[in-house]
Amino acid sequence: MADILVVAEIVEGQVKKATYSAVAFARDAAKALGGSYDILAIGQGADKAAAELGGYGARKVLVADDASLKGYVTERFAPIVAAAGKSHAVVGATATTNGKDLMPRVAAKLGAGYAPDITGFKAEGGKLQYKRPMYAGNAYGWLTIETPIQLVTVRQTDFTPAEPSGGASAVEKVAVVADKAADQVEFVAFETIKSERPDLTEAKVIIAGGRAIKEKFMDVLGPLADTLGAAIGATRAACDAGFAPTELQIGQTGKVVAPQLYVAVGISGAIQHLAGMKGSKTIVAINKDPEAPIFQVADYGLVADLFQVMPELTTAVKAAKS
Amino acid sequence: MKILVPFKRVADPENANKVKVTGAKIETAGLEWKPNPFDEYAVEAALRLTENGTAPKARLGEVIVVTFGPAECDQTLRGALATGADKAIRVECTDDQLDGPIVARALAKIVEQVKPDLVMMGKQTVDSDSNQVGQYLAELLGWPQITFAATIKNEGNVALEIARVGDGGMQRVKVKLPAVVTVEDRVVYSGGVQSAPTPASHKYADGVRFAPLPAIMQAKKKPLEVKKLGDLGIDTTPSAKYVGYEPPPARKAGVKVKTVAELVEKLKGEAKVL
Ligand SMILES: Cc1cc2nc3c(=O)[nH]c(=O)nc-3n(C[C@H](O)[C@H](O)[C@H](O)COP(=O)(O)OP(=O)(O)OC[C@H]3O[C@@H](n4cnc5c(N)ncnc54)[C@H](O)[C@@H]3O)c2cc1C
Ligand SMILES: Nc1ncnc2c1ncn2[C@@H]1O[C@H](COP(=O)(O)O)[C@@H](O)[C@H]1O
Repeated sequence: MADILVVAEIVEGQVKKATYSAVAFARDAAKALGGSYDILAIGQGADKAAAELGGYGARKVLVADDASLKGYVTERFAPIVAAAGKSHAVVGATATTNGKDLMPRVAAKLGAGYAPDITGFKAEGGKLQYKRPMYAGNAYGWLTIETPIQLVTVRQTDFTPAEPSGGASAVEKVAVVADKAADQVEFVAFETIKSERPDLTEAKVIIAGGRAIKEKFMDVLGPLADTLGAAIGATRAACDAGFAPTELQIGQTGKVVAPQLYVAVGISGAIQHLAGMKGSKTIVAINKDPEAPIFQVADYGLVADLFQVMPELTTAVKAAKS
Repeated sequence: MKILVPFKRVADPENANKVKVTGAKIETAGLEWKPNPFDEYAVEAALRLTENGTAPKARLGEVIVVTFGPAECDQTLRGALATGADKAIRVECTDDQLDGPIVARALAKIVEQVKPDLVMMGKQTVDSDSNQVGQYLAELLGWPQITFAATIKNEGNVALEIARVGDGGMQRVKVKLPAVVTVEDRVVYSGGVQSAPTPASHKYADGVRFAPLPAIMQAKKKPLEVKKLGDLGIDTTPSAKYVGYEPPPARKAGVKVKTVAELVEKLKGEAKVL
């Protein structure tokens, strides 16, 4: 028995993109182990998402859809994952905030070892080895799990999302069970950040800024971001100072991103920041300090005052695109 | 309120040039040891919950820090005592005897002994970047878990109102104690945590408090209990093991451009991203 279960992440009835990276892991790992894979859809509205998830070559799509699963509450989701995971060798989820919150609790329920935030894997002698970043991305460790059931979260940027493969998986309902601890938690609200711009983890282009931009953060980065249909990101220093909302933080303790184009504006390039964006395809750095460490990872570096060049760059990009 | 704060010393990854990776291990010899920053944030949050911000000297609750590690960790614990924690516990072991589930199982035993109302901890250690112990512990205790807490409000010592950082927004939850809470960096912002007796007008400084010299002296007299991992009666079989390490992939060296025009030309013609 070498079957894999992957937990889909469903937010307000929509399948999050990160799910398909986790599905890609499940598909490849199932192949390496000679098993099949199932997808678990949990949440209010999961029934509908199940139809979409059924097109990805899974043996089964398991569904837990219930009004009690309206907002994500760990203590309601974890028992469902644990119950479904029992009959699988590996249980994977997205390495998003929800996935990272959920899986260690499931691991404890199953007495399972857990590989967080994996960026790759290989099979050796019928056993999986998981690659994961440590020390703010300064080292990668290869981890094996020694328990009968293995848990992982999958880093979205390192697995090419699965594409629909046609067909329709069998759909099976699973029972809704909750921890006793669920009664101690009351979900009050999820306050989404309303933005016209794409989600950081899904954007093809990111314009990111540092503390140097100060109060005019959005004014300085907005025009270029709009021109490129880009998301806006920030360093922790910019968030700490209140120039940018924390949800935009990129780095070791923020979001991990890997867009086609990353423009770092007035960002020094601290290792904790690099940990979140080093995987970007093309990196541009604009910084007035020629020694700034960001230049060590930048494909194109421009030593300049950001306030001067940002309007100029926006105009030039507009011209180049038309 | 009695709060237990697990507190780990880590090899500082900020000395990036010194993280030496050989196939078999990560060389920590050249690295500086310091408290895990997120655990410092947890101590600060716990201190704020157990004081009146306007008269912090009078302790209104108890903060107990606990670490798993060798004798050198005592220094880290003394640091936490100096900033205001009341008591410390060190569970004697070496770092390679531990993994996330073992720390969680050991912590569950310490919770049984100490009987805190709340376990407040860092969301992750910055060496392993695992982000698992808090959630694992909560399940072992059968307690609710609130991870990635950004703001914490005390509701009459029986519940907390917490805003946690989620993808694309903030989630607001209420949790009844006892519970496990793991914290984000921003919990130590000025308005991050405020106890019930602290007047709403009170403004904390952003960040964690530093220990004044007399406090460092006094901390030497605060209780620091040493226990043995073997005496806790837990399963110490590792669940996972590292079989090798490698350095991160190097990026090929880039070029400096002189003008905006040159940059745009490269982005269009060479990188083809425009
Ligand atoms: C536990 C921990 C976790 C962390 N996690 C993260 C994380 O997830 N993400 C993150 O980003 N950081 C993180 N940090 C913080 C990190 O160490 C740095 O402090 C931070 O990234 C620096 O942000 P910055 O580049 O905006 O600011 P600074 O380091 O202050 O750099 C500002 C830069 O702007 C340049 N500049 C100034 N004026 C101009 C101008 N007019 N034109 C052009 N350039 C200009 C300067 O030359 C400088 O390079 C973490 C730190 C710790 C301890
Ligand atoms: N050896 C340890 N001693 C004390 N606390 C620890 C230890 N290891 C982990 N922790 C706690 O667990 C949290 C999460 O760690 P981790 O899951 O390893 O990233 C840390 O912020 C600490 O509060």
